[in-house]
Amino acid sequence: MITAERKPFDEILTLVDGHKKVLVAGCDTCVAICLTGGEKEAEILASELRMKAQADGREVEVEHTAAIRQCEWEYLDMIAAKVEEADVVLSMACGIGIQSMAEKFEPKLVVPAVNTNMLGMPQEHAVWLERCGACGDCVIGETAGICPVVRCSKSLMNGPCGGSHDGKCEVTTPEKEEIDCAWALIWERLKAQGREELMEVTRPPKNWSKSSSGGPRKMVKEEAKPV
Amino acid sequence: MTDNGYKAGSNLEKVLSAGTFAVTSECGPPKSADGGVIERKAKILKGFVDAVNITDNQTAVVRVCSLASGVTAQQNGVEAIMQMTCRDRNRLAMQADILGAATLGIKNILCLTGDHLSFGNHPEAKGVHDLDSLNLIRMYKDMRDEKTFQCGEEMDVAPPLYIGCAENPFGDPFEFRALRLKKKIEAGADFMQTQCIFNIPKFKEWMKEVRALGLHQEIKILAGITPLKGAGGARYMKNFVPGMDVPQEIVDRMAGVEKGPPSHAEGKKLAVEMIKELAEIEGVAGIHIMAVEWEEAVPEIVETAGLLPRPAVA
Ligand code: SF4
Ligand code: SF4
Repeated sequence: MITAERKPFDEILTLVDGHKKVLVAGCDTCVAICLTGGEKEAEILASELRMKAQADGREVEVEHTAAIRQCEWEYLDMIAAKVEEADVVLSMACGIGIQSMAEKFEPKLVVPAVNTNMLGMPQEHAVWLERCGACGDCVIGETAGICPVVRCSKSLMNGPCGGSHDGKCEVTTPEKEEIDCAWALIWERLKAQGREELMEVTRPPKNWSKSSSGGPRKMVKEEAKPV
Repeated sequence: MTDNGYKAGSNLEKVLSAGTFAVTSECGPPKSADGGVIERKAKILKGFVDAVNITDNQTAVVRVCSLASGVTAQQNGVEAIMQMTCRDRNRLAMQADILGAATLGIKNILCLTGDHLSFGNHPEAKGVHDLDSLNLIRMYKDMRDEKTFQCGEEMDVAPPLYIGCAENPFGDPFEFRALRLKKKIEAGADFMQTQCIFNIPKFKEWMKEVRALGLHQEIKILAGITPLKGAGGARYMKNFVPGMDVPQEIVDRMAGVEKGPPSHAEGKKLAVEMIKELAEIEGVAGIHIMAVEWEEAVPEIVETAGLLPRPAVA
């Protein structure tokens, strides 16, 4: 899934500053599952904005709504009426949903209320971990199902760097929490699979042109096009 | 391959090829446009080492680049081993810089992954990591031996390079460490310098694995040491430097002497003892002395260890 975190409240205020009619638009798919931008969170943000406006003595109308998926235009028709009425839409969807809204309702002003941060999964309740960088050329068939592109802090393709220690990466999170070394995990799982010889294989330089380095990507499925 | 049969014909290559126990050291360029720093450090080391590593934005802190500093070192009488990390350059920049370095007479190159940006003074920068160090080695080998760029295109004049790599015998997973060296040899590394060794028994264990795979015959191994100035530095390395293994006895030994000149003397003494012990290990072809911001200590250590005079190779 795609995960996102709500922006700091002050930044959100700046983004909607000066607008009289604000629509907070949630999305009920990925960002709802990661407890950031579903209908419930949209409702909460809307009431926070109302309270703040009241406290500051500003007259602002704040509404909220949610689409099943902001990233697909079909689902946006259902919230079109509310969008029309607003001066600004504060979208709580991922970066894709926000852009699909901005495009569908052009020239309506659509601004982000969240920072989209990763393609991840919940590890336990309320904790998500990055799992994929959408590099366009998946290698995890050789790395025991563990992504070296985003789970190794240096995107190494040929085994651990010298900083791997007791299964931990030399890098810690900004909160100074330890991170698992992806290559230590790969090594252990390959051993468990009896495939540790894969560690001796030298993978050639990665073809980053298939990632975002190659420019914005496009996917076309000829076989699925209507005839 | 150069006309005389050497890969690059560097001083370091000649010393190691002759089977002489080699001595290298390390210089960190300054954090300003002060060309005098490397000049001064090179003058201290001249005649005491066969070549000196010039670090490349070490610990992810911006400094004078390793190319310019390497040239300065060579102009002042010490052959450079230019370090190159995968953290700050993509494959175009890494090839362009090595061509430039070769045109300015740099022959030794050390291929590194690089410490993570989060350790340095620009933690908000974008880490490049286009290639890993293994593919960097392979790329330089192909430039030298096949006269090809990484993309496969050919070039007229190949850079003569003596290609080095680093290895941490104390990194984990331990069982994979010797295999990692094997991969680097297959990729094309000619020499290898280790991370600072303090835990000699563990290093010996690693060398046993290396010899079991016959790797010591395929690559020149330089054992890395760091002379300690005091107990504080030892503790810092033990606790804060990634991949470092400093046994408690060493911290205790340094803590047992008074800070200042006595602890400096003890640090040098320990370094000499370690060099002598490391030199006895089968497969160790030389010593790499990383006296971080303490280059002055190197001549005395080299001399006391009985490693002078350094061979004059033509
Ligand atoms: S290798 Fe690429 S596609 Fe596969 S999980 Fe990693 S980033 Fe995603
Ligand atoms: S310690 Fe492991 S995860 Fe961290 S950068 Fe090195 S190899 Fe990658």
